[in-house]
Amino acid sequence: MLIFSVFKTLTDQTVTVELKNDLSITGVLKSVDQFLNIRLDSIKILDEARHPHMMAVKNCFIRGSVVRYVQLPADHVDTQLLEDATRREAANGKR
Amino acid sequence: MDTSSGIQEPFDLIRLSLSEKVFVKLRGDRELTGVLHAYDGHMNLILSDVEETIMLVEQVEGGPEGQTTVNVAKRKMNMLFVRGDGVILVSPPSRT
Repeated sequence: MLIFSVFKTLTDQTVTVELKNDLSITGVLKSVDQFLNIRLDSIKILDEARHPHMMAVKNCFIRGSVVRYVQLPADHVDTQLLEDATRREAANGKR
Repeated sequence: MDTSSGIQEPFDLIRLSLSEKVFVKLRGDRELTGVLHAYDGHMNLILSDVEETIMLVEQVEGGPEGQTTVNVAKRKMNMLFVRGDGVILVSPPSRT
């Protein structure tokens, strides 16, 4: 739930999602759900030469389970707040 | 119960590593080092100042079966979410 909340605060920010098949997609985070499925708008594929079939795709829904990483905008993440929230969630035994 | 260190269950080790530099081993011959800011029960992580090391193991061309070379690729990322299903281990910083 904690990570879900973090992603919710990052909506309308630009993120880069790296998938388990090495495809990297940069786009504007439009929405996220409890499974960490992600909807991206105005997407751009990092290595277009290697993934030409993605050139026409402008927005997409990404299933949470195929995500490896998401690169976040560091200036929109309050690390102190994150650590406190993580400790609180750990203390609640609600993981 | 070890009250002096506050470690009673495995996740406590990760909790005590918050805001410290950790080493993370991932599936697909990848390793990360970075400062841990958040985690959850799936071992989803949020790290900053991350350096990723990717080990590219390749079969030597024309060489005997099983002879491999390892190429190492590194890259840095500022703030990174790591999905928990790829995590093999999280290690706290070495206290030296």
